[in-house]
Amino acid sequence: MQLVLEKRTERSNTIALVSPLIAIGLTIVTMTILFAILGKNPLLALHAYFIAPLTDGYSLQEIAVKATPLVMIAIGLALCYLANAWNIGAEGQFLIGAVAGSWIAVKTQGTDAGAWVLPAMLVLAAAAGALYALIPAICKVKFGASEILTSLMLVYVADLLLDYLVRGPWRDPNGFNFPTTAEFDPVATVPLLIEGGRLHLGSIIALLVVAAAAILLGRTIKGFEIRVVGAAPRAARFGGFNANQLVILTFAVSGALAGLAGIIEVAGPVGHLQPGISPGYGFTAIIVAFLGRLNPLGILIAGLFLALTFIGGEQAQIAMKIPLDVTKVFQGILLFYVLACDSLILYRFKLVLANRQVTRGAG
Amino acid sequence: MRKSLLALAAGLLLAGSVSAASAADKLKVGFIYLGPIGDLGWTYQHELARQALVKEFGDKIETTYLENVPEGPDAERAIEQLVRAGNKLIFTTSFGYMDPTLKVAKKYPNVHFEHATGYKRNANMSTYSSKWYQGRYIQGLIAAKMSKSGVLGYIGSFPIPEVVSGINATMIAAQSINPNIKVKIIWANTWFDPGKEADAAKALIDQGADVIMQHTDSPAAMQIASERGKLAFGQDSEMIKFGPKTQLTSILDTWAPYYIARVKAELDGTWKSEDTWGGLDSHMFAMAPYTNMPDDVKKIAEDAQAAIIAGKLHPFKCPVIGQDGKEIECKGGANLADGQILGMNFYVKGIDDKLPGK
Repeated sequence: MQLVLEKRTERSNTIALVSPLIAIGLTIVTMTILFAILGKNPLLALHAYFIAPLTDGYSLQEIAVKATPLVMIAIGLALCYLANAWNIGAEGQFLIGAVAGSWIAVKTQGTDAGAWVLPAMLVLAAAAGALYALIPAICKVKFGASEILTSLMLVYVADLLLDYLVRGPWRDPNGFNFPTTAEFDPVATVPLLIEGGRLHLGSIIALLVVAAAAILLGRTIKGFEIRVVGAAPRAARFGGFNANQLVILTFAVSGALAGLAGIIEVAGPVGHLQPGISPGYGFTAIIVAFLGRLNPLGILIAGLFLALTFIGGEQAQIAMKIPLDVTKVFQGILLFYVLACDSLILYRFKLVLANRQVTRGAG
Repeated sequence: MRKSLLALAAGLLLAGSVSAASAADKLKVGFIYLGPIGDLGWTYQHELARQALVKEFGDKIETTYLENVPEGPDAERAIEQLVRAGNKLIFTTSFGYMDPTLKVAKKYPNVHFEHATGYKRNANMSTYSSKWYQGRYIQGLIAAKMSKSGVLGYIGSFPIPEVVSGINATMIAAQSINPNIKVKIIWANTWFDPGKEADAAKALIDQGADVIMQHTDSPAAMQIASERGKLAFGQDSEMIKFGPKTQLTSILDTWAPYYIARVKAELDGTWKSEDTWGGLDSHMFAMAPYTNMPDDVKKIAEDAQAAIIAGKLHPFKCPVIGQDGKEIECKGGANLADGQILGMNFYVKGIDDKLPGK
């Protein structure tokens, strides 16, 4: 007797709905065992991770702040992935956006430039991110270069460019040579939504992006095109959809969103340009995009959920002295279960007797 | 079942909050660490000092740390989390936490902050750092004595003043022994990356260096020097176990005396914002035993150390000659002013390298 994975004749919609819940349930069970092995009280630990951050305004703000760049980048990535264009370089586009927007902030520093500074920074950052994302897109369309490789390699180029600028030309003249620009002027800073808090305008922009993407994908021909090109390339060709054009478009949009997220992060929570402005947002957003099953609303929830695990991880470290590595294990286990459960949407387990041939194999 | 589970949870939470209340009269001291603690290096030395605090004050204090906090947008939140968890004295142990610490400090005037190696202060935010260049000077003397090829290899992390002043102090000392000494510099552009550090060490040795010095944290360079039969200096921690026949000495970060003094001040209610820049005399750092060298070299090192502690020897005694052969303006009387050392962005004469970003 053996257990085989059998392809379903059609997608199971029930499982598609409950699969993330099963995944979260399994994660909690696994973590409970892990906490018990570590000698920590599992209930208190789970409370620190999931409940405590949701019970006060401060932590809720922090969750929103942390989720903002993740959601914005992931929305752009989802458009790419739906259209079968594999942008892995959102991290680079994020950095280029931050650099381009900061250029205005640095150049207007100390002048009495008016309220146009921040909007100009946002626009320039989005444009720069889009242009930067177009490099791998055009290389793919014109020369057939793998966009996975080219977009990834451009991350390092962006990283080193930023590094050069803050150590050289843009370095704070009063900063003892340390690699950072001076603090941005108030007109070049993303305004806070709550006085004395950390929640900023960027979170509102992220919500607008989610809404726009939901409308684009759900209500427009373009959105339909994106989904068809990704799901059934041949059908799309017969339908007269231009796949190359969509690669260019989705890369540009996703680059623009990553660039926008970059400048919002720099002109918001950080307040100046420095190396290390991104703790890997561009890569974590890939997880968020898939966790949210490439659906705008799903991405919003996934982004908030991932942010919750970061904030909760810190609170668990403080309150219960649970090592940070456990938070990382936790995030890994979660992703593992999500992907595993997702396979049940298209496949199902079946017990077969060993001596009988499996005629309908997977695939 | 569910009800009993909930009741159990509620009971546990209640127990948790009760124990939190009984801890309220203890002074809570928090730490933000840059790296994982590991078993050597920058963060590990801060952790040793935290353990020394626990040993010194016992149940009068309660310490908490957050490790692996990147110097980016997450730092401010991590620091604020410690404040909200009730910590009244918070040590943020890396330069990149400067602005986040200042932001949180302004928001919570009743909490005291201690920021390592920065230059921005506030009524409730002190800074502390060490005059590591003193140790570098001693290493320069040893290196020049021990080098047969007359070429020293230097692995730089980032071209910030602390690192540049270390290179200059090394060179000034080495030139006092051997005026023709050469130093080759490789910028690793990282504080910790064993692979890169090992590559840098190999490249330096291939270029003729026979004494390797580093301003990066891993023992990789020590191991390479050991394999190739060369000599090397450790960094931050004792690294002799990675090169028993290789390590000459190591600059050891010993934060414990300072941390103990600050916690004591906090407990006594005498804490105030200060700018501490301590050297060998105030035990902000120490030199590991001088090993793998003949007695006369050891004596030179020990004499220099004693002279520095006694205030008779200053590595940046004027005149200091810049790379272009011109004398550096002497703003501190007999020696360069502290500000000139803290913001050092020039090389001294004889260094055959271009300062990155200049």
